[in-house]
Amino acid sequence: MANQRREAAIVGIHEWPKRVDKDVSSLQIKAASIHRALDDAGLQWSDVDALYDANDGEGGGGLGLSAYLNIRPTVIDTTQVGGSSYEFQAAHAMRDIAAGKANVAVLSYGSKAATQRIPIGTGGRGGGGSWQTNMEVPYGSTLISNYAMVAHRHMHEYGTTSEQLAEISVATRHHAMRNPEAVQAMKDLQFQGVQEISVADVLDSRMIADPLHLLECCMVSDGGGALVITSADVARGTKKPPVWLIGSGEATKYRTNDGDITVSAGAQSAPIAFGQAEVTPAEIDIAMIYDSFTITVAVCLEDLGFCKKGEVGDYVSGGRLRFDAEGGPALNTDGGGLSSNHPGMRGLFLLLESVRQLRGESTSQVPDAKLAVAHGNGGLLGGSHTGGTVILAAE
Amino acid sequence: MPNRPMPEFPELDTQPFWDAAKRRELAYQTCSDCNEVVFYPRAHCTKCGSLDTTWHTSSGAGTVYTYSVVRQNRSPHFADLGAYAVAYVDLDEGFRMLTNVVGVDNPTTDVQVGMRVQVEFEDQEGGEYPIPVFRPA
Ligand SMILES: [Zn+2]
Repeated sequence: MANQRREAAIVGIHEWPKRVDKDVSSLQIKAASIHRALDDAGLQWSDVDALYDANDGEGGGGLGLSAYLNIRPTVIDTTQVGGSSYEFQAAHAMRDIAAGKANVAVLSYGSKAATQRIPIGTGGRGGGGSWQTNMEVPYGSTLISNYAMVAHRHMHEYGTTSEQLAEISVATRHHAMRNPEAVQAMKDLQFQGVQEISVADVLDSRMIADPLHLLECCMVSDGGGALVITSADVARGTKKPPVWLIGSGEATKYRTNDGDITVSAGAQSAPIAFGQAEVTPAEIDIAMIYDSFTITVAVCLEDLGFCKKGEVGDYVSGGRLRFDAEGGPALNTDGGGLSSNHPGMRGLFLLLESVRQLRGESTSQVPDAKLAVAHGNGGLLGGSHTGGTVILAAE
Repeated sequence: MPNRPMPEFPELDTQPFWDAAKRRELAYQTCSDCNEVVFYPRAHCTKCGSLDTTWHTSSGAGTVYTYSVVRQNRSPHFADLGAYAVAYVDLDEGFRMLTNVVGVDNPTTDVQVGMRVQVEFEDQEGGEYPIPVFRPA
């Protein structure tokens, strides 16, 4: 780690506390979250010189959001690659700051997926007319069934079981029950039983798309947040210890005629990120991995190098992913998309909880946490998707 | 009769595939320069970039690569179907397509990874294109 470069750091964060919130718009969530994240850092609205936005929802994007906020940035990035957009944007902010193009970068997200009752996982696929949709819309493959096809193939090739995948839901629920905002989220979204769950509870829950059960699927919530990334010079004067961005990697993957569906884009993005950071998966304390479904975490744990391809079933058994377990890493210590929030694109929250852990502010704090990985997966795990990996280090 | 959503046109890459479906043929392309199998349909070779591709008709015989059973789909086109199996099928000629496996009593128990299947063309209530689906061979 001697030569590791520390040129950009996250210095301010805010997570929108409510998961069902009819009294706010998604743009208002973005603006208020930016205000609070800047306040968290001790920076001003007028300090912002770089704006990153996933071009989603009402009036977003570099064109609309700049005007709404009344910020005139010199760097504008509207990368939209699904749920991993924020890992990609953090990587770009690192690069832009290291190149001297910006000093104070802001990423924000706001969504009303719960209030607007958007059926993210169980809606039909979008309208036809493209080279891909024309080959897919007649078959009614929902988003959940696409991920489920990855699970079936993983089970076929490696003997992975639903019991093993359920360990991921059990660990994240354990963390959620320690997070008051996650507990309130589950109450507001009328979860049956806001309590710890067992492997048997997961297997007894309703099958949504074989082999994925209800308790293996993320919720659909409102939510959002913001984070502030600055240069090393600016970070020296902020209110809280900076959390350094020390590595990043980006990748895409998609259906091919002979592709292995059990391997995600993370197999490409993670080695690049770990290489740049000059650390190994064995050194990671906190694994914030996009838990759209249990299978997403399982595949990504393998692809990030925490265990070999095909061995994740044994790897996750015995409660290993809990924040208080030996052998780590601690998985999704905020409760994850499975049990805390999922407004459609969860990538921002992976970074926010990484920062809380590396500051010592998590509700499921790992003592002396030094290194975290945030890995976003956007799109369809069994189809076209993106993987964005970011490695973060405590001061 | 099923009433699946139809492909939408104009869409130049997939038009020949769906024209072939009207003739109850499962069409795919190969590269005239490097012999790569190109699928989904495109105007260029996905291996070498050549713009010279040739259309063929598949035997329609294949193997289930993986599958899922959809229990819940809010789209009205599928709401009345009950549980149905979506699958990736590997055709013997070397291309993989998203499809449905039909003709089984219980998709949860009767569809398996690795099972052999054969294409059939399913007429639709509300559209002009028969849809290629697969049933156990
Ligand atoms: Zn070629």
